[in-house]
Formats: sequence, C-alpha cells, structure tokens
Amino acid sequence: MTDGGILGRHPRVANIGVDVFADEMEGQGVEVTRVDWRPPAEGSETALALLSRAAPQVAAGNDEVIARLQGSRPLLVGVGTAGDVIPGMDHSTLLHAGPPIEWVDMSGPVRGAVIGAAIHEGLAATPQEAERLAASGAFRFSPTHEHCAVGPMAGIVSASMPVWIVENDPRGNRAYCTMNEGLGKVLRYGAFDREVLDRLAWIRKVLAPLMQDAIAGLGEPLDLRSLIAQALQMGDEGHNRNRAGTSLFLRELFPSLLALDAPSADKIAAVRFVSDNDHFFLNLTMPAAKATADAAAGIRESSIVVTMTRNGTEFGVRLAGTGDRWFTGPAGIVEGLFLPGFGPEDANPDLGDSVITETVGLGGLAMASAPAIVNFVGGSAADAVDATTSMYGITWSESAHYRIPALDFRGTPLGIDCREVVHTGVLPVINTGIAHRDPGIGQVGAGVVRPPMRAFVEALSALAEAAVP
Amino acid sequence: MTERVVVLPDTYRDSVALMRISKEVGGRAGVLAAAVVMGTPLNVGLVGDLGFELPDAGPNDLLVAIRAGSAEDADAAVATAEALLAERAPHGVDGGVVAAPRSIAAAARQDSGLSIAFVSVPGAHAAYELASALENGLHVFCFSDGVGLLEEATLKQLAAERGLLLMGPDCGTAIVDGVAFGFANAVRRGPVGVVGASGTGTQELCCLLDMAGVGVSHAIGVGGRDLSSEVGGIMTLRALELLASDPATSVIVVVSKPPDTAVADRVVADAARTSRPAVVCFLGTDRPSSGLPNGVEVTGSLEEAARMAADLAGRPLIPSADPQPETVTAGDIRGLFTGGSLCDEAMALVARRVGRVASNTPLRPDWALEDVRRSEGHTFIDFGDDRLTEGRPHPMIDPTIRNRRFLEEAADAAVGVVVLDVVLGFGAHPDPASELGPLVEGALDGRAGTLSVVVDVCGTPADPQDVTAQAARLGEAGALITRSAAQAARTALRAAGPVDR
Repeated sequence: MTDGGILGRHPRVANIGVDVFADEMEGQGVEVTRVDWRPPAEGSETALALLSRAAPQVAAGNDEVIARLQGSRPLLVGVGTAGDVIPGMDHSTLLHAGPPIEWVDMSGPVRGAVIGAAIHEGLAATPQEAERLAASGAFRFSPTHEHCAVGPMAGIVSASMPVWIVENDPRGNRAYCTMNEGLGKVLRYGAFDREVLDRLAWIRKVLAPLMQDAIAGLGEPLDLRSLIAQALQMGDEGHNRNRAGTSLFLRELFPSLLALDAPSADKIAAVRFVSDNDHFFLNLTMPAAKATADAAAGIRESSIVVTMTRNGTEFGVRLAGTGDRWFTGPAGIVEGLFLPGFGPEDANPDLGDSVITETVGLGGLAMASAPAIVNFVGGSAADAVDATTSMYGITWSESAHYRIPALDFRGTPLGIDCREVVHTGVLPVINTGIAHRDPGIGQVGAGVVRPPMRAFVEALSALAEAAVP
Repeated sequence: MTERVVVLPDTYRDSVALMRISKEVGGRAGVLAAAVVMGTPLNVGLVGDLGFELPDAGPNDLLVAIRAGSAEDADAAVATAEALLAERAPHGVDGGVVAAPRSIAAAARQDSGLSIAFVSVPGAHAAYELASALENGLHVFCFSDGVGLLEEATLKQLAAERGLLLMGPDCGTAIVDGVAFGFANAVRRGPVGVVGASGTGTQELCCLLDMAGVGVSHAIGVGGRDLSSEVGGIMTLRALELLASDPATSVIVVVSKPPDTAVADRVVADAARTSRPAVVCFLGTDRPSSGLPNGVEVTGSLEEAARMAADLAGRPLIPSADPQPETVTAGDIRGLFTGGSLCDEAMALVARRVGRVASNTPLRPDWALEDVRRSEGHTFIDFGDDRLTEGRPHPMIDPTIRNRRFLEEAADAAVGVVVLDVVLGFGAHPDPASELGPLVEGALDGRAGTLSVVVDVCGTPADPQDVTAQAARLGEAGALITRSAAQAARTALRAAGPVDR
C-alpha cells in the first residue's frame, strides 16, 4: 500500500470533513469513501494533536500489546485459597471490584457484600459490627485488579474464599477469581443473610475441594481459551450468556469428577449446582481474560485499554501505556430489561469487574455471536451484528482465537484503542447484569451500558503527556 | 415576532452544509433571521450577536435559531431546518447495510484500494487525521488550516519516511492525474508539472497555461508553510522528485509566497537537479540577477512564470490585451479578494505605484489594517485569510461577506476603483457572477462616472461555471474584466489615473 506511486494512478479518495468536496470528486468520476466524521470528545484536542506526533511509536506499542493478547493462552490449573495464593492478601484485606474506593463512597450492593464477607471471614459477628468496623477503617479495601484478581459485581474477595487459579501460558502470569454463587440472593449482589453465608461455606468446604481434585484428575490444565472459543460458536458472548461455556466446562470435568473418591451426594450436589447456574463459567472466562490483559499491561506508548471495571460508583480505565494509573468517571446506569417487579428506579449504577471480558474482545464486543440475547441490544440479530461491527472501528486488531460464525468466522474486535474511542466518540458496548441498589436483593435485570467518556479522555491526556516529549 | 432556539445534542454537520441550510431556511417567507450552526464558542457568539437567547450548548451540539414574524412561520422554519438536517448524502453500499466508517483508519481497513485522504475537518482536529491517514499508508490532501507548525513538520517528516505525499495543511489546490482536489480548475492535460505552496497562485498559473494551450501534467500542492525554515520544504522537495521521474512532465514550475532564504536556495538547487527546465516563482520577490544554476529561471510574478513555462513548453503565451477604462475615476483603490496569492500579486503591483497599501495581509508590517472592517486609503483585503475564515466556509464557496463589503466600498465617495476576484473551478461557488453581477451593476449605476470596478476572473472554459460565460455576465454588468491578478492591478491603476504617492 505504501508506495510513492501517486502520479499516474487514478486516485481513490477517503473524504473526511466537508461533504461538498466529496461531491466534487465524485463528479469527476472518482470513487470516494465518505468518512462519517464528528468532532472528537470534548477536551481531547490537545492530547490528539500531541499524539499525532507520536503515531509510529504508539503503533509499535499497540502492535506489541496485540501480540501479547493474541499470544496468551489462559489455562485453568486448579483451585486455591485467596489468602494463600493472591499476592498482597491478608486476613483483614477485602478485595473489591472496580477502581479504588473507600467505604463511605460504596454503593448498596458493595456494602452488603462487604458485610457478608466480614461475617463469612469471622471478622465481624453481626452486620452492625461489620458496618462499624468498615467505617472505622478496620478493613483494608483494595481493588481486585491490583492483585491479579477479578470478581463479578461487588467482586468481594476475602482471605478464606476459594479461588480459581488461571495461568497464562507461556508467560506464566496468574489470575484469580472466586466461584460463581449462582443467581438470586448472592454475595456479589450484596446479599448477606444466612442462606448466602451457608452457600459460601458449602462452596469452601465441598465444591472447591471437588473442583480442585477433578481438575487435578484431568492430568493437564484445562485450556480456557479453547473452551471460550467453542462457547462463542455455540451462542455465548462470554459475559451475559455463559450457558454454552458452563455446559462445555462440566462436560470436560465429568469423567474425573465421577472418578473422585468422594461422597456421591456431594458430587451430585456439585454437578447440580453448576448445571443450575448458567453463569458458572463467567467466573472462569473472567480470570482467563484478566490473565490475558495483564500480559499486555505496562507496554510504553500503547494506547490500548487493558483494564475496564466498575465499583458501582465509578468506572475505571487503565491503558497499557499509562502503567498503574486509574482514570475514572461516574458509573453509568444500565439500559436493559428488568426482572418482573423491578424497574430502572431499582438499578444500582454499573458494577463489577466482568467488563474484563469486553477488554479482551468478548461480551458486548462479541455480541454478534449470541443471538439468544439480542433483546438486550434492540431485539434483532442485525442489531447484535451492528453492535459488534461498530466496535471494529475502535479496536486495533481482531482476535485470532475468538471467532464469530455469523460474521463468517471473523475474529472479535480486539484491543480497544483509547485514541479511537475519544476520536470517534464511539464507546465500547458493554453487556452486564444489573444489581438492585439496596444490599441483599440481588440481580434485577441485565442490559447494555456505555462507559463514561471522561475516563477515556483523561487516560488519553496522560498518555499524550507520557508519550510525547 | 417569535423566536425559536433548538439544540440538537451530539449532532454534527460540516460548516458548508450548515451554511446551505441556514441560507435556505433564512430565505423562507416570514423568516427574519436564521442560524443553523455548530455550538462552537465562535458561533455561539455570532448567534448571540443576532440577539438570540441561547441555552447551554457545546461544540458538538447543533443549534437552530430562528426569528420570524409569526409563530407559524417560526415553527415551519424549524421544521424545514430539521428536515434538511435529516437529509444526508447516502452513505455506504448495498442500500446502507454497511455503515459509513467513522475514521480514516476504519475506511482504510474496509477498502485497501484507497490512495488519498482528503482532509477538511476543522483545523484544531486535523493533525490527528493526518497522522492516522499516513499511518494507514494514504497520501493526504489537507485543506484544513490551523495545524501547529511543529505538528506539520513532524507529520511531513513521517510522510517523507513512508514515501507519501502530504499536501498541506492549508493546501487549497491540487491536480493529480487529471483529478482536481479542493479549489482547482478543469485544466487541459499537458507537459507542465506544478509544485504549489500557494493555492490561488497555482490556480492562476494553471489557467494561464490552459489559455496558452499548454496544459498541466500534475499540480502538487504543499501548503503555504512548506518553505518555512521550520518545515524546510520537505514536501516541495519530495514533489520535485516525483515530477522529475514522471514521464508526463517535461517542464516544472514552483510557486510559493516568499520563502525562508535558506530553503529557497535548496528549492532552486533541487529544481536544477530534476533535469527538467524549471521556473521558480517566489511571489513578489525580485528576480535575482545572477547565481542561478543552469536550467532554472526565477521570477516574482505569476504572469511571468506562466509566460516562461509556456515558452519552455514550446507554445508561447500570447497575453490578452488589458481592458481600457473609458473614464478615469480618481480615488482610493480597494481590493477585495477571495484568493490570497491573487491579492498579494495585485497588491504588490499597486503598491509599487501608490506606496502604502493597507491590508489584513500587509506587504510590510506597518501597513497592517488596524481594523479589518475599516479601510484606510488604498486597501486590499484577503477574505480567504485564516483569521477571517474561522468557523465559516471559505469565501470562494460563499462570497457573501466579500460581496457585502463590496457594497460598502462602492458607496464610499473616497473610492475610485474596486478590484475583485472571482475564482472558478471545482469547489468554488457554482455561479458567482449571478450574485456579483447585479451588485456591480447597481453600484456603478449609483456612482456613474466616478467609480470603476475591475473583476479578475480566474478559470477555464471547461470549468463547471465556464469562465467565458462568467466573464460575459460580469462584463455586461459594467465591470472591467481581467484574466490575471497582474492585469487587474494594471487596469485598476489605469482607471484610477495619476495617483499621488
């Protein structure tokens, strides 16, 4: 494409700006592509102008990020206890989803989950005591993302919780995630009553050891990248629909699970628990995505987004080229469908680490692969295809592994380029669940949300400062 | 009287499209004032000046402001504006199934056959588009101005490294392989290759070569600042290389406003190395008496550059005779131009005779107009200057602002001669004579025997507007018609009679 041959070659033109010029070129028999240009997000002029002077450096950084994302093969290696395996964890640490936040700013469901985790951990005996301790600073709150971990919704992880251990082959970095508790009244939606605590105890005592032994019995780690790729071809998008992935996972595990020397009642309960919970696999897709994204963090001058996450109050973004710095904006309200008896007034602002799936080209970005849930994006399969195709305009590349049947097996949009988000005004499409704004009620719906542009504009400004001398 | 102000959030249309909509809505019966604009600070100020009370709007919001005689007329005007805004040129293919790309990168990914990006977004946003086009392997024609000098130098360096042409920023004119980019004329194909750091300079040169029957192979624009010391003529030198190896080009002309001296020397040296006879025109500078390499001629005048090039191409240019004014109309000479280089060339010739000529683009710093809205004696104004085009279409597209000023100047008893330009070709107003002709006629009627109007028409018979028809229409209105800026200056001086310095 790059050649000096401009003279003596009939031009083919991309027109950006005044439409009349495109008309004039077409009048002369020139083939013109009209770019649907709009002014970039407010406040981004300086950063974009600065970055225009570092385009080759940013391109090189982005290519490296993509190489690392494509080269990541997340494997499920086993189950461990959070306090033992997650770096920087101790008994009084409570990890939470999203960018950093303190108790005073936490929304209802996050507070509920903190209370539940404190009781589960034995840090407090009653909800009142948990609240008092939380307010007094007795717990150390820290974002999961800063500990190689992720968690859906509130994302609370305490020291004694069992976590999946995912290892990224061949880089060796690990990522962790708790086990999915199912729907309804669950800790991640801020519920903390006896039923929730009993279930957490059962997961720790019964489910986790069975899963650990069953995985060990496989003889080799489970290739999650391959399972996710298959699930995408079976109608999942890896965020709001996980039915295929959960089924595939169980199928892989069955032989070694059945072979375990454990009480049949426990094995039956475990299989039933997983089978009854379509989203069980979400908590495996998420650490797989986290291990993938972490491999690409810290690449200087890259404008690719390597973290997106919500804490129910703020939406946070990190770029490969801006290191550990968080850039935030207010968490959005999810536009979606509500369970009977609930409506938008019940919805908590956007919450959870599960948007790590979109960060690596799944979820909303892979919407075209999930016709079963197109009601979230407008109701028709064409809407789902549009959601995905619109994302190719803001991503640097396409996944070599995650492919969409409806798009002739085109790879999903991969590597959100913060420059193009700000430049085109097109925000990532995020599929997500909706938590009730009060603790303990649980999921009230699901839908689609867009992140706040402010976070991307600020991230880009920081990148421009760092990348352009 | 009723006012309506509607804000359409996050709705964008380019300034030319909005100008047309404003004009159409403003022309409806009963409408007293209409503005359909993006909510930039500048536009908000302008609409505020019209007396409208505006709600909060940002630069990405579209404002529709209507004042009308009745509520019905106001509502109908808003409805018309909304209907016109809803009309968009059909995008994409297959009945719109494929959405139009939102960026150059996306367009390039969709179609690997693209070769050139034509960038005309508002200046503050242009640098990023240029980088993006170059990164995607596209040559660029950049009409936008307002790109920083440092950005321009860096991007041109990048383009040179990639073997790409970056025409501009602030490039008005190019002809590549017979296709006109921006403001350019339908010029016959021929042996002369042009490198132009001046838009209307290139246009006049091409039109004169067309008139001589010579024709142009390519005209590569480089933008007005390419020959500054900061940019160092990167693209001029690259364009010379391209033309030197182009089989269709046998004579080369470089046109530029006066460049940095060191850069000028390099350009002359590189022109000599092309092994094609070359003419270098640094507008308004004196012809050096010696020290030129073989094969290069240097001049300060467009008209002379065209003559030299035509000679070198073997078809001497026979200039049209200057028009002869019937009466002398003594008084100030006022030049109202839409083309910057035409303004410069005419202004320099007039100044040589009359001394001080005040201008918004003055020949000498101390000749600067204090207030561009008020003339001071002999005065020349370039309405295409960046500072006057910010937030509105170029006056070659919409000459309203210049034509309005013409009426003021023509009514000023101190004025003896008004000089105007009408630049035709692609990109320009579809029929400028139809608007200007009646104004000239009316002005001359009002000042019988005491005012002369000189109109320099730049164009070719093949242009969409047809130079012959436009010149005839303006001639019938009573204007003295010229075909070059130099000719316009000579005619104006003749009409003004003996002028005291």
